[in-house]
Amino acid sequence: MAWKARAAGAPAAASARPAGRWLRALVTLPLIACLLASCDSSSSSGPATVNWYNFPDDSGALAGAAANCTRASGGRYRVVYNRLPRTADGQRQQLVRRLAARDDSLDILGLDVTWAPEFAEADWILPWTGANRRRATAGTLEVPLDTATWKGRLYAVPYNTNTQLLWYRSDLVPRPPRTWAEMLDMARALAEQGKPHYIEIQGAQYEGLTVWFNTLVESAGGSILNRTATAPSLGPPAVEAATIMRDLATSPAADPSLPNQMEDQNRLAMESGTAAFELNYPFVYPSMKANQPELFKHFRWAAYPGVDADRPAKPTIGGIDLAVAAYSRHPDYAFEAALCLRNRQNQLAAALQGGLPPTLRAIYSEKPFIKSYPFAAQVLAALENASTRPKTPAYQNVSIAISHTLSPPSAIDPRSSVATIRDQIEDALESKGLIP
Amino acid sequence: MSSDSSTTAPQKTTAPADPKALSEGARQERRLGWLLCAPAVVVMLAVTAYPIGYAVYLSLQRYDLRFPSQASFVGLSNYGAVLSSPFWWEAFWVTLFITVVSVAVELALGLALAVVMHRTIFGRGTVRTAILVPYGIVTVVAAFSWQYAWTPDTGYLAALLPAGDAPLTEQWPALGLIILAEVWKTTPFMALLLLAGLALVPEETLRAAMVDGASAWQRFTRVTLPLMKPAILVALLFRTLDAFRVFDSIYILTSGAHGTGSVSILGYDNLFTALNLGIGSAISVLVFICVALIAFAFIKLFGAAAPGSQEGGR
Repeated sequence: MAWKARAAGAPAAASARPAGRWLRALVTLPLIACLLASCDSSSSSGPATVNWYNFPDDSGALAGAAANCTRASGGRYRVVYNRLPRTADGQRQQLVRRLAARDDSLDILGLDVTWAPEFAEADWILPWTGANRRRATAGTLEVPLDTATWKGRLYAVPYNTNTQLLWYRSDLVPRPPRTWAEMLDMARALAEQGKPHYIEIQGAQYEGLTVWFNTLVESAGGSILNRTATAPSLGPPAVEAATIMRDLATSPAADPSLPNQMEDQNRLAMESGTAAFELNYPFVYPSMKANQPELFKHFRWAAYPGVDADRPAKPTIGGIDLAVAAYSRHPDYAFEAALCLRNRQNQLAAALQGGLPPTLRAIYSEKPFIKSYPFAAQVLAALENASTRPKTPAYQNVSIAISHTLSPPSAIDPRSSVATIRDQIEDALESKGLIP
Repeated sequence: MSSDSSTTAPQKTTAPADPKALSEGARQERRLGWLLCAPAVVVMLAVTAYPIGYAVYLSLQRYDLRFPSQASFVGLSNYGAVLSSPFWWEAFWVTLFITVVSVAVELALGLALAVVMHRTIFGRGTVRTAILVPYGIVTVVAAFSWQYAWTPDTGYLAALLPAGDAPLTEQWPALGLIILAEVWKTTPFMALLLLAGLALVPEETLRAAMVDGASAWQRFTRVTLPLMKPAILVALLFRTLDAFRVFDSIYILTSGAHGTGSVSILGYDNLFTALNLGIGSAISVLVFICVALIAFAFIKLFGAAAPGSQEGGR
């Protein structure tokens, strides 16, 4: 059969030979052109590009900072601001996938405060040493610096920070409460009088719930992990924290939507007038001013309530640290540009335009800053006595274990919930368990 | 499929049952056939067999990307950890529930749509195109649109529910909405496969049944459905395999929160959020085994046949 086919095909092939040759040439030309084009990209002779990956900022402050630092480089490099997805989880996954693939187009990374230990342990970010480290730590607040430190080395420079305050209505509450128990009593009294009485706090099954639990545990004098981050600590302070959460969720002070509330839902509830207290970030202040001028007249702030009367609270901070990627082609330029992006001028602009609290202590006493942040002194006091979330490369697992066990807050059984969290954290630290 | 018939035909005409008695010509042709298939086979092996093999290899190690220096070979202990974890079994039952309910609903609705498409006289092309529109929309886009519709305060469907109801944050309502999104998206595909089967039912048989006094329902259940059995089984096979691996709708609608996560979501979370390559690969291999079992069950037990390989009137 095959010889017949070959015999039949031969004359056809012979007559098709000139046409076939042209056809082959036509097909191979675009392929060669593609190869040449791809070879060309890395041999440009202009200034080096330093890619800065950060959360998307709509205020223009970050784009302005990138332009400032490009000018400050004197033509040696230009800083390009690349936007990551809006949610923290989306940002982390983008960065993690590219770093795991050793992408060399990442230079400066805007990391959430909980990611530095994870990225450092995986050797994805470079440590800051020598003169760079001195410049990064000069005048910077202590607690944000602590979030960027892992095993004694500094892995990122704090960019902006954030912390929660107690917001309350002075027409309902003459004097702010100092502890959670006091706040619950005040709310119950208001409920009996038929006045707005909800305490707004983030109770949905997400990172915010972990932040609430961490704040309570630290304020009670304990911590979630031990000092070396090798085992869970928890203990009686954790049981006390879980009890406070359960008590709030089962009291008349709890907003019915508590199990689904994140920061924005708390803000909306406070603005709608049904709440008397709110534990939230400072972004609620300009929002209340713009949306509810009537309620704004009685809108006040105070320190985060503590667990015990004799110990001030230690609110957990958020924020962004800037790190240099390990596979960057221009690490020297990246260190220099990162220091420029978070210098006094750019942090002040980010604070005024973008509402991001700065990490340089000196800015908190500057007049333009205090004018747009009347609560600057309170925020600084909170930051000086703040706590961080557990520092471990397995933070994602720890956080998910906590938020899944404590959700919904009304179903918490303090002792058994803390025991479950302890077991799951032990598994997580050894990469043994699954995450839900 | 078609190569089957071309290589069996010469064997029947040139040689009896003994393969050693192939003529030189037949052997040459067979070798040419293999050589021509070789590039496609190599590409298939590279694209499918290599990732599967690598996943199996990873699943036998304790390999966490966040602790790269502690990677070590641990044999089957990752599988033990997964199969003894309540999170796996919850995801497994949720996946099974979604699969069974959505495929059953899609089969019923798909049959109805297929009958409509088959009987339409006017604007047949328009009806068929209109029915296919949901299948043509990208799954993620459709899921975002459903998520927006069911979000309280802003969603037009959530506005029909009592105020403050957030169906996507409770397990059973959320599962119902996920099934709704899946059914809306893929019923047209089922309908299309069933329409192909419906078109093969000969008119004479139906008319003979009508002459014998069968009612419309009896004609449908006693004549049409049995003759459509191969097409129905193929449609069920495809849809069940796909439904078991559901991911996009759940990821967008609830991100797997509140007990609505499927096994694919569990694998994704453990691979990308926890960066635990060992456990995540073990989950992936287990999903692969489940899907293979489903395919095996359909082909060997129910007798589903791959399209185009019908052997003489089966």
